Amino acid sequence: MKLTLKIWRQKNAQDKGAMVDYQIDGIEPDMSFLEMLDVFNEDLMSKGGEPVAFDHDCREGICGMCSLYINGEAHGPDRGVTTCQLHMRMFKDGDTITIEPFRAAAFPVVKDLVVDRSSFDRIQHAGGFISVNTSGNTIDANTIPINKEDADKAFDAAACIGCGACVATCKNSSAMLFVAAKVSQYALLPQGKIEAVDRVLNMVHQMDAEGFGNCTNTGACEVECPKGISLENIARMNREYMSASLKG
Amino acid sequence: MALDSKIPSGSISDKWTDYKDHINLVNPANKRNLDVIVVGTGLAGGSAAATLAELGYNVKAFCFQDSPRRAHSIAAQGGINAAKNYKGDGDSVFRLFYDTVKGGDYRAREANVHRLAEVSTNIIDQCVAQGVPLAREYGGLLDNRSFGGALVSRTFYAQGQTGQQLLLGAYSAMNRQIGRGKIKMHNRHEMLDIVIVNGKARGIIARNLITGEIERHSAHAVVIASGGYGNVFFLSTNAMGSNATAAWKIHKKGAYFANPCYTQIHPTCIPVSGDHQSKLTLMSESLRNDGRIWVPAKIEDAKAIREGKKKAKDLTEAERDYYLERRYPAFGNLVPRDVASRAAKERCDAGFGVNKTGEAVYLDFAAAIQRYGKEQTYVKGLDSNDNALVTKLGTEVVKSKYGNLFQMYYKIVDEDPYTSPMMIYPAVHYTMGGTWVDYNLMTTIPGCFSIGESNFSDHGANRLGASALMQGLADGYFVLPYTIGDYLSPDIKMGPISTDSPEFEAAEKGVKDQIVKFMNNNGTHSVDYFHRKLGKIMWDKVGMARNAQGLNEAITEIAALREEFYKDVKVPGTDKGFNQELEKATRVADFLELGELFAKDALHRNESCGGHFREEYQTEDGEAKRDDENFAYVAAWEYKGKPSDAVLHKEDLVFDAVKLVQRNYK
Ligand SMILES: Cc1cc2nc3c(=O)[nH]c(=O)nc-3n(C[C@H](O)[C@H](O)[C@H](O)COP(=O)(O)OP(=O)(O)OC[C@H]3O[C@@H](n4cnc5c(N)ncnc54)[C@H](O)[C@@H]3O)c2cc1C
Ligand code: SF4
Ligand code: FES
Repeated sequence: MKLTLKIWRQKNAQDKGAMVDYQIDGIEPDMSFLEMLDVFNEDLMSKGGEPVAFDHDCREGICGMCSLYINGEAHGPDRGVTTCQLHMRMFKDGDTITIEPFRAAAFPVVKDLVVDRSSFDRIQHAGGFISVNTSGNTIDANTIPINKEDADKAFDAAACIGCGACVATCKNSSAMLFVAAKVSQYALLPQGKIEAVDRVLNMVHQMDAEGFGNCTNTGACEVECPKGISLENIARMNREYMSASLKG
Repeated sequence: MALDSKIPSGSISDKWTDYKDHINLVNPANKRNLDVIVVGTGLAGGSAAATLAELGYNVKAFCFQDSPRRAHSIAAQGGINAAKNYKGDGDSVFRLFYDTVKGGDYRAREANVHRLAEVSTNIIDQCVAQGVPLAREYGGLLDNRSFGGALVSRTFYAQGQTGQQLLLGAYSAMNRQIGRGKIKMHNRHEMLDIVIVNGKARGIIARNLITGEIERHSAHAVVIASGGYGNVFFLSTNAMGSNATAAWKIHKKGAYFANPCYTQIHPTCIPVSGDHQSKLTLMSESLRNDGRIWVPAKIEDAKAIREGKKKAKDLTEAERDYYLERRYPAFGNLVPRDVASRAAKERCDAGFGVNKTGEAVYLDFAAAIQRYGKEQTYVKGLDSNDNALVTKLGTEVVKSKYGNLFQMYYKIVDEDPYTSPMMIYPAVHYTMGGTWVDYNLMTTIPGCFSIGESNFSDHGANRLGASALMQGLADGYFVLPYTIGDYLSPDIKMGPISTDSPEFEAAEKGVKDQIVKFMNNNGTHSVDYFHRKLGKIMWDKVGMARNAQGLNEAITEIAALREEFYKDVKVPGTDKGFNQELEKATRVADFLELGELFAKDALHRNESCGGHFREEYQTEDGEAKRDDENFAYVAAWEYKGKPSDAVLHKEDLVFDAVKLVQRNYK
C-alpha cells in the first residue's frame, strides 16, 4: 500500500508543533499500525530524518501504553481495540492518515505523539486502593464469599487499562470514565466499602485539580474505550459521590 | 569467590520458619533512616516497593514506562498457582513443591522452591484483601482450574487477564505508599549502572528519559526487579521494552549470572508473518485443553497447503498426523511446554509445516466443536444428527470458553478460527536464567538483591505455567522484606549515603561516555537492524535445539556483530531529551554481550534438560537426555571483561526431599 501520513511533530513540551506530510510505500495489510510506523521510522532515519516518537510497550492491547489519535478517533477506526491491535487492513491503498497525540490539558505533550498521562497516576495516589497492609497476615480469602455477579462486575470495571482514550475522545476532556471504573471496582467489593466515602471524594477532588473537564454525558468515551468500560460505572460513581458528599 | 547459597539447615519444611525466627530485625524507628532503591515495578518490584514502604523504609522506585501499572507483568494471561486445596483434590504445599521441582527438570534449588510453595497460599489472601477481583464460583467462593504439568486444580485466575489484575493490586498498594510519601516513584527513568562503595551496593545511575539528564541516586541497598531477557531473540512474547540492562550492568560489576541458556519456548503462539514483525503474541496454553494439534501426514499435502492449493479441511482424518497424541499417548496434547515446542519444530523441520514459511502447525477445534455440540443436543433434547445444529451449538460452547482468544487471533491473522484451524508455532517466552542469588535473594554483590524473573532461583530448566506470577509476588511481598532486614540491620546508624563520592562520579562518567559515543557514532544502520540480526543468530543457533557446531558459530558471529554495532550504529537526535533510539541502543548493547554468554553457557552444558535441548544428547526416540551425574548444578558465570572470558562457578544442587527421576510423558 502507498499512503500519505499527516503526523504531528513537536520537539518537546515547549515547542509549538505542527502537522507534517509524509509519503510511505510498501505497507502490507497484515502489519499492525505500530509496525507500519516502525517501517516508516526506519525509512525516515535512512534518509537522515529523526524518527517519530510514539508510546507503546506490550503491543497486545493490555498495557495501555500506546495512544494515537488516528483520523479523528482515539485508537483509530476499529472498535474495541487499542492502537497496537489496529491492523493496516483497515486502510486502503492511497489513503491519507492523520496521526495526532491524545490531546487534553491534563495530558501535556512530551514529544511528537507521546503525552504525559501521570495525572491518571496522581488520581490513583489520592484513593485508588484499599488500605490493607501487605504483610500477608490477612484472613483466608474464602472467609468473605462474594456474589459472582458482583465479582464479575468488579472485574469488568477493573479491566480499564488507563490508556486515556476516554479523555482524548471527550469534547470536555473529562476523565470520568477512568475514575468511575476504579471507584466502581472497589464499591462493588466488600473489602473496599469501608473507605468508600473518602475514596470517591479524594479521587474526584484530585481529578478536578488535574484540570480534566466536566462530564456532560455525551457518551463518546464509552464508544472509544478499547476495553468496553460501560457508562454504568459513571452512574455508580455519581451515586457514590452524592451519598459521600452528604456524609462527608 | 566461592558460591555460598546460605541455605538454612534443618528439614525442608522447617527451614523458612526457623530462618525467620532467627534473623536480625530492624527496629521500626530505625527503618526510617534506611533507604532502599527498587528498580522495576512489575509484580516483583511493585509488591516489594509497597511492602518495604509499609514496613517503614524509604523507597525509591524506578521504571522505564510512564507508570508502574504498565510493567510487562500486566500481560500475563493464564493464572497464578497456590496450594490452597480449596477443591479438596489433595493439593498441598509438598505437592506444589514437588511438581515445581520435577517440572523444572531438577535444576532448581529445593529450599527456595519449598519456601515458594509455603508462601503461595498467603498470596491469594493478600490479593483478595486488596480488592483483586479473582474469578468466583456461584457460591461466592474462589474458583480455580488446572494447568499443564499438574494433576490438581490450583490455578487462580481473573479471566484471561490474571497478570493485569494482580499487577493492578500491587500498583494500588504502591499508590497508597506514594500518596503517603513513603515511596518516591521515578517513572520514565532507566537504570544504566549500579554504584558500589566499599564493596557494597549503594546506589544507581539513572537516565531521566524525558529530560535526558543523568541522575545519581543513593540507598543502603538496591533491589533489581527488572524482569526477563527474552528479547535477546528480538522476537518474543515479551513487551517491546523488556530488556536485560539492569541485570547485565550488575553482572559487569560483580553479580554472577546463572543459567543464561535456560529459556522457555511457549508452544502456542501466533507464527511470524513477515520481515516487519515486531513481536509475537501468545495464545494461552488453556487452548490445548480442547484443541488438537496436527500436521499433514504426507509431505505432498503439506506442500499443497503451503502453496494454497489445499486447505486443512480437505484432508481426511487418515491424512492427518496428530503427532503429540501419536508420540505421547498418556499426555497427548497436554505435554509440558518444552516437549510440545520441540515436537512442533521437529515436524516443521521435516517439511510438514502448514503456513507460507513452513513454520506453523494446526491447533484444531473442529473435534471439540462436534463433541460439545453433540452434548448440547442431548442436554437440550434436540436432533444429534443435524450437523449444522451440532456445529452451531458446539461453536457457542467454544466461544464461551475461549472467545476472547479467538477474537485476538482473528484480529491479528484475519482468519476465522471457528471454521479453519488456528496456526501456531513456538516462540520465546520466559527466561529461567538470571542473576544468581542466595537464599536471601542477594546477588554476589553485597546489598544488591534480585527478585522475580530477573533472578534465576525457582524454576530450574523449565517453568510450569502459572508459577512466574507466584514467584514474583512471593519474592516481593513475603520473602525479600524479611531477608533485606537481616542485611540492613548493621546499617541503622549509617545515615544517608552521599552521592558525591568518587564511586558515583566514576559510574556516572561511564554512563555518559557510552551515550556520547552513541550520539557521535554516525554509522549507517539503525539499532533495530542490529537487534534483528542478533535475534536471528540466537533463534537459528541458540534457539529451541542447539548443537556444538551451531553454538560455536553463534559465539563468533555475535562477537563480530557486536564489533560492527559499535562501528556502524546510528543514533539520531540528541541525548538532551526524549530519544527512543538512544534508549534502544543502550539496551541492545547489553543484549549483544548477554547473547554471547548465553551461547557459551549452552555450549558447556553437555546434556538436555527443560528449555535447553542439545541435539547431541537425546534418547533414541528423540527425547531430552539429562545427565545428573555431571550437570546437577547451577552454572553461575563471573564477568571478566568479555563474555568469552567469563569464568564458570558451580553451585551443586542437592536433592534431599525429592528423588531425581527421568521425566516421562508417554
Ligand atoms: C504474554 C505472557 C503471558 C504470561 N502468562 C503468565 C501466566 O499466566 N502465569 C504466570 O505465572 N506467568 C505468566 N507469564 C510470565 C510472567 O508474566 C512474568 O514472568 C512476570 O510477570 C515477570 O515479573 P517481574 O516483576 O519479574 O518483571 P516485569 O513485570 O517484566 O517488570 C519489570 C520492571 O522493571 C522495569 N525495568 C526494567 N529494566 C529497567 C531499568 N534498566 N531501569 C528502570 N526500570 C527497569 C520495568 O519498567 C518494569 O517495571 C506470562 C508472560 C507473558 C509475556
Ligand atoms: S476507561 Fe477505557 S478509554 Fe478510559 S482509560 Fe480506561 S480503558 Fe482507556
Ligand atoms: S502497546 Fe500495550 S496496549 Fe498497546
